[in-house]
Amino acid sequence: MKNRIDLSRRTFLKTTSILASTAALSGLLPLRSFAAAEKELVILAWAGHAEPDIVADFERKYRVKVRAKYYTGGDNMLGLISQSPPGTFDLILSDAEYVQQLNAAEYIEPLDPADYPFEDFYPEFQHFPGHWQGDKLYSVLIRFGFLGIAYNTQLIPEARVQSYDVFWDESLKGKVGHFDWHLPNLGQISLMGGNARPYDIDVAHWQRVQQKMMSLRPQIGGFFDYGGTFSSLKNGQIHAMCGIGDWITGVLQRAGAPVKTVLPKEGGLQWTESYCIARKAHSPDLAKKFIQYITSPEGQVKSAKMAAYPALIPSQKGWELLNRTDPAEARRQGMVLGQRNVMDDIRDGRIKYRELPVQQSLDEWNDFWSQYKGA
Amino acid sequence: MISDKLKTSPSALSDNADAETRRATNKRVWRLPWFGLCVSMPILIWQLIFFVLPLVFLVAISFWLVRNFRMVPTFEWHNWSYMLSRGFFWDAYVHTLAMAAGATVLISLVAFPCAYTIAFKFRESAKQLLVLLLVTPFFTSYLVRTYSWQVFLSDNGIFNAALGLVGLEPFAMLNTAFGTYVGYFTLCLPLVVLLQLFSLMYIDRSLIEAAHNLGCGRWRTVLLVVVPSARIGIVVAALFCFILTFGDFVSPLYLGGGQPPTLSTLITDTTKSGQQWPRAAVIATMMIATLLISAFAAVRFAYRRRA
Repeated sequence: MKNRIDLSRRTFLKTTSILASTAALSGLLPLRSFAAAEKELVILAWAGHAEPDIVADFERKYRVKVRAKYYTGGDNMLGLISQSPPGTFDLILSDAEYVQQLNAAEYIEPLDPADYPFEDFYPEFQHFPGHWQGDKLYSVLIRFGFLGIAYNTQLIPEARVQSYDVFWDESLKGKVGHFDWHLPNLGQISLMGGNARPYDIDVAHWQRVQQKMMSLRPQIGGFFDYGGTFSSLKNGQIHAMCGIGDWITGVLQRAGAPVKTVLPKEGGLQWTESYCIARKAHSPDLAKKFIQYITSPEGQVKSAKMAAYPALIPSQKGWELLNRTDPAEARRQGMVLGQRNVMDDIRDGRIKYRELPVQQSLDEWNDFWSQYKGA
Repeated sequence: MISDKLKTSPSALSDNADAETRRATNKRVWRLPWFGLCVSMPILIWQLIFFVLPLVFLVAISFWLVRNFRMVPTFEWHNWSYMLSRGFFWDAYVHTLAMAAGATVLISLVAFPCAYTIAFKFRESAKQLLVLLLVTPFFTSYLVRTYSWQVFLSDNGIFNAALGLVGLEPFAMLNTAFGTYVGYFTLCLPLVVLLQLFSLMYIDRSLIEAAHNLGCGRWRTVLLVVVPSARIGIVVAALFCFILTFGDFVSPLYLGGGQPPTLSTLITDTTKSGQQWPRAAVIATMMIATLLISAFAAVRFAYRRRA
């Protein structure tokens, strides 16, 4: 009986009040984040960019914590920024086509080019379109990749994937998949139609792109998000995929799946990722240090081998280090020095930038995509 | 005063007493049911905060506009006229409605014999065990269960491997309407069986015995006695099935291959491109309106008096 807790009404009310007050005060946690701002870097990025394989060394070196809010797609990124108070994010990872919109909306700060190792970059990436406005720099390229034909190497011989025509192959009926985003898919069909700038097309060419795309519909086995794309390629349900590249097949390939991405004769699309410093960032210096860290040769190698999805890197010194430390990955991604590599594909003009539609509205492309999916 | 009292007849006294009682009763009726209010207050507040207010907000943002990827509060009919004039919206609407209605009928039909057998053919202890087994699927996330179906349904999956053993060609199951239906069954079948079962278990057995005594065969007894007696449970189970399948996003995407798109898929497409949350709000409002009308009609049907 001595051990019995005497829970009187007074004790109950007191305990409950303390608990309720604690819970209510936890709502003031943002105040704590102000105090911790100098010790914390908040990144808005695609999934994987703030995982330990990328940020652990930075956190150790500067004794800070990197926290991330992940998004899926540039529109989603813009939406998240517009719906968050200024100062929510320090660093923003953006695809090239969205940097200008970030700038137009005054979400990002101009950068000092002298702070970043552009001299290490291949010349093609030193003055990257969209990242500069005149002499003013707004974004630093950290990685890029190509979108081509992703396919199952056990089921389709490489000789057959030399053209986007393979998607129309009778034997692939129901076995062609789409990554569910209109920009890369329609861009590839536009490339196939011979449009030098696949996203800058007039009404007649846009009509032709739509007709060609519609003719592909009977071949399509499904429209997939990130997870669905992985599983459908891995379980062999889909044999060829439109709208993706090594950023997905590379992950599967590293895990032993028989999949690969190739650039067909019509060429491929290039996606890029670059860092911008957010306007009113709480830790702008830390943000600058992070960009310096990720554009250093060591940071570039980490970025090339990122666990979430691999990518090509713009730094020549990064290439050199990758070739020394992980020649197999350098070979797998086509970044071998001293022989034909992905830079030659860019120089040959086989790669076009992925952009937002120039002569049509985004709504028009999106509406067609919805119509196509429902056809 | 005395004479007045003496004048009062017994019947008048009785009338007065009745009037007093009525007045007292009326007074009681108009008193606030504090106890009931206090008990039901948490759920009322919950519904107000997490259903009514978000619903009002959802309808409100359907009138907003998006400029430079930013929502601008205003009152414009543009999103409504835009979405409702799009063919792909109505295609998705009809497809979603047809899939959900088909799933409701099919699942209810498949569930009924199962619920009937458990309710009428098993001992009490076996019934309890079976109810427990019907609850166990809910221990695992629906998303995980759906993903695991891919292992069975893909062209190189377990089912097609089994078909191959008997010399049959692979049958396309994944990324088809069949795949979506497998997901719908995974989501709803245990719930529908449980709801039907609970209503069948409490049917007055004497009604069934009376039907048999009057020469009614088994099928007729089921159709004319059992089903009408369990009507509320059967309709409510079907309604839950319709609501869950109408709004489901997971099965159409991961087992149906996202084609053709359902309204849930269309919502994600709309928000993904151009941050068109107001247009997505139009789709969501249409979905909620459809579900409210269906629920209202189903409840009316379930509780209607027999002619």
